[in-house]
Amino acid sequence: MKNAGIFTGGIVGGSILGGILSNPFLKEESESSQPAVESAEDFQEARIFFDRFEDFVILRAAVERIYPEDDNGPGAVALGVPYFIDKQLAGSWGTNAKEYMQNPFKVNGDSEDVMRYETPLNRGQIIIEGLRKIDAVSEEQFGENFVNIDGEQQDEILQSFDNGEVELTGVSSQQFFSILRKMTIEGAFADPLYGGNKNMDGWRMVEYPGPRPGFIDIIEEEEFIKMDPLGLKDYQQS
Amino acid sequence: MAIKLDKVDVVVVGTGWSGGIVSAELAKAGYKVVGLERGKEKSVNDYLGSKDELRFTQRYDMMQDLSKETITSRSEMDEEAQPVRTQGEMMVGNDVGGGSAHWAGCTFRNNPFDFEVYSKTVEKYGEDKIPEGMTLQDWGITYDEFEKYYDRFEKTAGTSGEDDPLAPPRSNPYPNPPLKSSPAINLFKEAAENLGYHPYMIPAGNMSEAYENPDGEKLSQCQFCSFCSHYGCDFGAKSDPVVTVIPTAQKTGNYELRPHSYARRVVHNGEKATGVIYVDMKTGLEYEQPADVVVLGGFTFTNTRLLLLSEIGKPYNPETREGVIGRNFVGQFNNTFLGVRGFFNDKKFNMYGGAGALGATLRDFTVEHIDIEGKNFLHGGHPEIRQYGLGPIQSLAVPSDTPSWGAEFKNNSVKYANSMLHVWFVPGVMPWWHNYTSLDPTYKDAFGDPLLRITNKLTDQDINIAKYGIEVTKKIMEEMGADIIDEDEVPEKFDHIYSGGHYAGGVAMGADPETSAVNNYLQMWDMENLFVTGGSAFPHFSDYHPTGTIGALAYRAAEGVEEYLKKGGLLAEKKTKTHKMA
Ligand SMILES: Cc1cc2nc3c(=O)[nH]c(=O)nc-3n(C[C@H](O)[C@H](O)[C@H](O)COP(=O)(O)OP(=O)(O)OC[C@H]3O[C@@H](n4cnc5c(N)ncnc54)[C@H](O)[C@@H]3O)c2cc1C
Ligand code: SF4
Repeated sequence: MKNAGIFTGGIVGGSILGGILSNPFLKEESESSQPAVESAEDFQEARIFFDRFEDFVILRAAVERIYPEDDNGPGAVALGVPYFIDKQLAGSWGTNAKEYMQNPFKVNGDSEDVMRYETPLNRGQIIIEGLRKIDAVSEEQFGENFVNIDGEQQDEILQSFDNGEVELTGVSSQQFFSILRKMTIEGAFADPLYGGNKNMDGWRMVEYPGPRPGFIDIIEEEEFIKMDPLGLKDYQQS
Repeated sequence: MAIKLDKVDVVVVGTGWSGGIVSAELAKAGYKVVGLERGKEKSVNDYLGSKDELRFTQRYDMMQDLSKETITSRSEMDEEAQPVRTQGEMMVGNDVGGGSAHWAGCTFRNNPFDFEVYSKTVEKYGEDKIPEGMTLQDWGITYDEFEKYYDRFEKTAGTSGEDDPLAPPRSNPYPNPPLKSSPAINLFKEAAENLGYHPYMIPAGNMSEAYENPDGEKLSQCQFCSFCSHYGCDFGAKSDPVVTVIPTAQKTGNYELRPHSYARRVVHNGEKATGVIYVDMKTGLEYEQPADVVVLGGFTFTNTRLLLLSEIGKPYNPETREGVIGRNFVGQFNNTFLGVRGFFNDKKFNMYGGAGALGATLRDFTVEHIDIEGKNFLHGGHPEIRQYGLGPIQSLAVPSDTPSWGAEFKNNSVKYANSMLHVWFVPGVMPWWHNYTSLDPTYKDAFGDPLLRITNKLTDQDINIAKYGIEVTKKIMEEMGADIIDEDEVPEKFDHIYSGGHYAGGVAMGADPETSAVNNYLQMWDMENLFVTGGSAFPHFSDYHPTGTIGALAYRAAEGVEEYLKKGGLLAEKKTKTHKMA
């Protein structure tokens, strides 16, 4: 059912207002699986940076390839990485607020060292530029959108970005990919307060205990000590 | 026009160890001191609950706001320098406490050799061992003369340390016993002992016990909380100006701390400094603070830049190799802290727990003890194992044949999450005629002033010593019994990343005004009431972390300022032949 997740109770479809409420432009939202019961944190799962849903869809597919679900545990999507990235790009990190962004720039490979940040684009703009190019390359190589090709094909495309083989405007594809990879890992393992590392499942996978007053009691311990993780919320409110 | 304020005895730029120690000592001695700090005020309350890896180690919350000012960087003199634009490429302190608040706390002394590095190298290996263009020079003071300042700094900081059988003489034991060790560190120590080396616990700015320093400041016992390097300590258990010298200065009633005050110029009349011009960042108004003595403790970059902007001292000119301001820029960059990563298939370590300076090292390969006869580098280094307490973002380590993303990456990163130990080597860094700082012709700060430009490249010396260090660490790791041992890659070129805060020189100290900007009291040769303290005074980078020496230098400078206020004049004699003639 369309948009079921947006309205509680799922009463929309049969309603006389259905035609209006189920905005046809929003229809792709239904692709995301929605939980049956919403908890407070689910209200944070809405986009504030990505204007176009299409861009967000590419992001979701790409980060899941970077950090896929497997026997160890959830992948990037289940860990909330796409929403984490959305929030990060909307803030000072995405706008490069604390960074030196004055002209002149040596863009697009004029710089000797491709990994130095030499572009007037901020991280938010770089991500948009890169994601749209991913789809363009996918169309060109496989005749399909990135989300519709299979995993190995997706990896092939991402690898070509990682290798710096794709031409982007204003930035190298390596730079783009390294920011995307960095944010994917961060989203899987940052404190859950940022919207990723859902339920601290990222931490559980690597047996990380989260912030605690201290480890003075176990620092000399020979055995590995596994603890159920706690978040910054627990620490700050304790 | 700057608004002129009432004159004080001393105006100090910076509130890290350098500025903070000088401020505290002079305020205690009864002088009126104003401290200018570009960033915000800080107390332990600001650190409470700051255990957030993303915010502090990934987003550099405590570090310099580069939208206002950064540096530019290039390798060769004929290149245009590019700005160092992002915080990931540039770690410098920004608020009260500076980098001295978010440091890790390894509190080393240099070897005696370092203070006389030129003379001792010549004595031991002959003048020809020093290659053309390496501007190696003595510091103008010996270890024996300097020892008491190390002792004083360690007492203020509450350093926790263990006896080191190879260490130079100390007048007193460490003020605190060593930190507790861990299984990973024990493994390193045992392996080193098996190989005949002399391991000991790294002297740490994390209190092994509750401690009261000679100024009456109380520090708590370190809890091994792990959120230490890049963070302020929310227990007040780390050596930090915010819980030591800044409150010490404030308690005297003689110290006025002015945060949000961005220093732009030292004002002078050609002979003497008359004050500092700064901008109040909350109002945008510009002030002039007159003083009898001006002290710069604004870290390496600011110290050099303020002198160049204020046209004090002779700027270094690499073409003629004359001049001193900007000369001997040195840093522990991408050829340092390299070693090996050992992956253990069936051992897990509680690496999530730790403290900034928790770790072990040995002195056997440092400049004093190594024999470099027949080797293709000068100086030495020390291998280290550290247990900072790893956050999960930083701890994702995979063997080098694993891809950096995707299914295999994930699987191996989970597998080795708590089973990788890194042992690295910290070499000394030698100065060269072509590595220096100057003002950038293109890029400006938020006020329209030129940025500081770094010209720095790696030399064969840097690459060779890095390779040697990897061999040293590999031997230790093999003895530690790792199943997979990955060697770090030795870079061919400088990557222009300024991480870790170990950058120095530019206002070098010494006994010869031809090659040094300040004397051994950190007093400018060319302007006797101006003292410039910090790593900027290092003529070369020893094979240790800098801050023990930076803290000790600040005590030396404080003594100099006091003597100057009483007697006036230059406090040290000029000498020549303390360096290789060009
Ligand atoms: C992550 C990290 C870990 C580190 N760990 C270690 C370690 O374990 N051991 C070690 O020996 N060293 C370590 N260091 C290095 C150490 O931080 C520095 O050597 C030390 O803090 C330098 O002290 P300082 O007082 O000279 O400079 P700072 O402490 O940086 O103080 C300089 C102050 O001057 C202020 N300032 C600068 N310019 C201006 C201006 N124009 N106007 C007004 N104020 C200004 C700054 O805001 C700052 O507060 C580390 C550095 C980093 C970044
Ligand atoms: S590890 Fe120790 S010194 Fe460091 S922040 Fe935690 S309690 Fe403080």
